[in-house]
Amino acid sequence: MPDFQTLLYQITNGVLTITMNRPESYNAFTEQMKKELNDAFKEAARDAVVRCIVLRGAGLKAFCSGQDLKEHQGSKRSLKESLEKSYNPLIRKIRTIEKPVIAMINGVAAGAGCSVALACDMRVMSTEAYLMQAFVNIGLVPDSGAHWFLPRYAGLTRAFEYAATGRKIPAEECLQVGLVNRLAKPEELETVTMELANALAAAPTRAIGLMKRAFNKSLSSDLDSLLDYEAYIQQIASETDDHKEGLKAFLEKRKPVFRGT
Amino acid sequence: MAYQFIIVTKQDGYALVQLNRPDVLNALNIKLMEELVEALTALDNDPDVRCIILTGNERAFAAGADIKEMADASAIEMLTRDQFARWDRIRKIKKPLIAAVSGFALGGGCELMMSCDMVIASETAQFGQPEINIGVMPGAGGTQRLTRAVGKVKAMEMVLTGRMISADEALRWGLINKVVPVEYYLEEAKAWAKEIASKPPVAIKLAKEAVLKAFDTTIEAGLEFERKNFYLLFASEDQKEGMKAFAEKRKPEWKGK
Repeated sequence: MPDFQTLLYQITNGVLTITMNRPESYNAFTEQMKKELNDAFKEAARDAVVRCIVLRGAGLKAFCSGQDLKEHQGSKRSLKESLEKSYNPLIRKIRTIEKPVIAMINGVAAGAGCSVALACDMRVMSTEAYLMQAFVNIGLVPDSGAHWFLPRYAGLTRAFEYAATGRKIPAEECLQVGLVNRLAKPEELETVTMELANALAAAPTRAIGLMKRAFNKSLSSDLDSLLDYEAYIQQIASETDDHKEGLKAFLEKRKPVFRGT
Repeated sequence: MAYQFIIVTKQDGYALVQLNRPDVLNALNIKLMEELVEALTALDNDPDVRCIILTGNERAFAAGADIKEMADASAIEMLTRDQFARWDRIRKIKKPLIAAVSGFALGGGCELMMSCDMVIASETAQFGQPEINIGVMPGAGGTQRLTRAVGKVKAMEMVLTGRMISADEALRWGLINKVVPVEYYLEEAKAWAKEIASKPPVAIKLAKEAVLKAFDTTIEAGLEFERKNFYLLFASEDQKEGMKAFAEKRKPEWKGK
């Protein structure tokens, strides 16, 4: 089990929970936390025991408030380099890991923290939480994929509003415009999230991984290419143990037991 | 024929040649290349084989030439050894060569891949000519074949920066034919090989020869070469059969002569 300073890394019944654990600073990103998150997703990709990942913040106040602005105060650092070296690789890892990733948005998700939540496959959100593309409030532009995710989930009209005003997007609105999958009261958030996570951890992981690949492709390609691609991945899925088990269980009229292989 | 660093198998009219030094990402040492050239030459003369697939493994097609073998060599030694001259024999193989690439195709690996006639790649494949980073430059055709494949500016970028490009980028630039999921690249290459193996072999040979001619001749001489190969095929039984079958709306039966 990897040893992290800024994260908790816990595996229960195939569900890995990664907790961003800097509650004193709204779980803001430091260089160390970004490195550890990259390492955690690398490890999760390698570990066959992990079949679903829940990403959350510690405490009740924040999922993650984005870059820790105090960290580099006064220093002349390049944001371009910071994105290229730590944020972008993290977003790519979340999008390409062939396991479902759920963001449990337990509190505010702002700036790059919001982008990271949007990069996950599903989002379960506390009714008390909000999202915020806060970048414009300090004269910056959204990053870590927000320009790509927002218009695809919520449409360009809303995406522009969220990015250009930097206003809070309350949980109800997030649900209504399609930014999150479901809401839960703060005291029920963990139960609702884990129920979903457990179901996904028991799903045929290879098929989930393949559909994730196809959805990634779908958002940047045409129907013709996607139809071709589906033929390939369906063939690959049909050769997995889980497909055989699924068929067998169907014929035997019982619930399938998928092993993720 | 038993080889140390490659595995050769035959099926359904085609041969599969697998580079097999997995512990060093299929680094191409002199012995491996000797074996490869020998195997390809033998397969070229094997009447059961109509197409050849060259592949590595999921992690690497080949990550480059074996640097250990040349790190301490002098220019005179390199010149005397002239190891890349052996690679020229691959260019003389008359049967179609398909590279099935996953993972790294770097340096000599990329050059070997470009010596093939077609390339099927996994979506995890990465291509590059990183020689510049160890104080040299491509030496087995990289500057010539890459430039012909992707044009000057992109070839310069790859050769002068040593940067790697992704499978999608390589597809866009015309370096490879097709990108498929990693689980399927070898299957896809086999399907292509089977399809080519089902075509009239004499016509396949002469057509390959004519396409390759385009790389080292004028358009005038190339067109003349093409025409002569075309006319030559009218001396084959397969041409008669092919055209007859077309008229009779049935599948042709090729004799290979």
